[in-house]
Amino acid sequence: MQAIIDITTNPYYIQVITMMGVYLIAALGLNLITGVTGQFSFGHAAYMSIGAYTSALLTKNLDLPFLLSLLAGGLMAALFGVILAVPSMRLTGDYLGITTLGFGEIVRVVFINMEITGGARGLAGIPRSTDLTVVFILVVLFIWALYRINNSRFGRALAAIREDEIAAESMGINVFLYKVESFAIGTFLAGISGGLYAHLLQYINPADFGFAKSFELLNFVVIGGLGSIPGTVLGTTVLSLAPEFLRFVKEYRMLIYGGLMVLMMIFRPHGILGGVDLGRLLRKVLRKKPPAALSGGN
Amino acid sequence: MFTFLSEVLPTFLQQLINGLTLGTTYALIALGYTMVYGIIQLINFAHGEVYMIGAFVGLIMVSVYEVNFFMAMLVAMAVCVPLAMLIERIAYRPLRSSTRLAPLISALGVSIFLQTLMTLIAGPNPKGFPQVIEDTIYIVGPVQFSLVQVIILVLAGLLMVLLHYIVKYTKMGKAMRATSEDYETANLMGINVNRIISFTFAMGAALASAGGVLVGMYFNSIHPLMGVSVGLKSFCAAVLGGIGSIPGAMLGGIFLGVAEVTGVSVGLGSYRDAIAFGLLILVLLFKPTGLLGKPIQRKV
Repeated sequence: MQAIIDITTNPYYIQVITMMGVYLIAALGLNLITGVTGQFSFGHAAYMSIGAYTSALLTKNLDLPFLLSLLAGGLMAALFGVILAVPSMRLTGDYLGITTLGFGEIVRVVFINMEITGGARGLAGIPRSTDLTVVFILVVLFIWALYRINNSRFGRALAAIREDEIAAESMGINVFLYKVESFAIGTFLAGISGGLYAHLLQYINPADFGFAKSFELLNFVVIGGLGSIPGTVLGTTVLSLAPEFLRFVKEYRMLIYGGLMVLMMIFRPHGILGGVDLGRLLRKVLRKKPPAALSGGN
Repeated sequence: MFTFLSEVLPTFLQQLINGLTLGTTYALIALGYTMVYGIIQLINFAHGEVYMIGAFVGLIMVSVYEVNFFMAMLVAMAVCVPLAMLIERIAYRPLRSSTRLAPLISALGVSIFLQTLMTLIAGPNPKGFPQVIEDTIYIVGPVQFSLVQVIILVLAGLLMVLLHYIVKYTKMGKAMRATSEDYETANLMGINVNRIISFTFAMGAALASAGGVLVGMYFNSIHPLMGVSVGLKSFCAAVLGGIGSIPGAMLGGIFLGVAEVTGVSVGLGSYRDAIAFGLLILVLLFKPTGLLGKPIQRKV
């Protein structure tokens, strides 16, 4: 009990959990693109940085309300998502992956060279507006929205594209349009996440959003279970808290982290919850219980 | 016209030579990416780390054991070849029939592991590479180049010719080409596919570790994270040339090296790391499978 009170009142833990929520929003976006639609995106952190800089500059220089700036950041990221997606939808698989990776690196270098973003020194003095409540509400909202998307005509079309693009196309699905829309939504979420990130740490630097961060997000999604929303939640929770739990091994932390990634993939190549239908599992458990109770009574 | 001959042309030639030197080292690493990709369609993100470890082994050999440069390169190869085969055995082979992203994540894990390991062993700061080759400068007409550059160009060229010979004219090379053409059919024809894949990793590692020692010698500085950006750029070079294609990787590497050096010399120095990726995106938009890549056939 005391432990729970400690965790919920300790500002450090609150910060860690808030950050987890921020990453979760970006990871959910990536899950829509890579997990649901099956399109590689190795530059997701770049969209976070676009959202982060847009919203931070709006609140810092123009005194825009926080939530409005978040929305602007998300839309800006989505705009760039579409700008990249439209020409690159001709590419498939790894070619798309490397293009998005390249785009991510270009965005980083551009931010380093821009005046208004503070260049390589980064942007400081951003008001601290992100708190656990805002992040929690947004996470719940986005998870709900993504569930609605997955179970809609649109979501089924995306899954069809992932399973077999040619078959999907011949069934009358506008593959190009749906892919671009999926990118737009996914990068929008990354932009929102970036805005939250900026207003949580109050300082952003282009180096925070390199390809290492992009792959970290991809890790969250793949290790959790591609295409599964509970999987993304679980993957992000475990992996963003793992460095905190691994603190006791000090400098060997990243060594173990890297080793764990390999082991995870060898023993569960589809991720922790890949191929697991949580809803069905839950119903199964719930349905089994009453007979067990009855037989116990007899 | 007169200024063109006296000023622009020599500068251009000079940049071309510097670019070629950088480009051949990219090409050496890109070959490893492209061969592995050609056979098992895996982006081997740990390849950059093999290159980094090659450079460190080379450094230890020349500074601690004071062997000559060629010996150091051979030892670096002798260390990196089994290392790459081990990585393949542990991290990739169990995942061969799995989804596309699983081996990729596994490769990233290996890459993080090796970077951290090297940082723990050697410390995070850059290490100086001793001057093993005398700093002789040759001046031919308006252009000057150093002995190191000549050695890099000649050695890299020789290694590429050797690779071409192995792939084209040996039984092993024939088996490699067959495996890359059609993995399953090659297996059915009695080719030991596992052995071929191991061999491919071994050859890639030999080239990359040679590249590591050459780069260490050229820039006189190496550090545990050097494999990251060079690895990415070399991968870019492989994709640019058409991934899976061996001449494509050579062409892509040299193309990127020359473009980068030229870009820096016309004042785009602060955009240096973006040049490779910008070019890559531009090329892919017009030729979606790279310069020498075969077009993807959409089959039902």
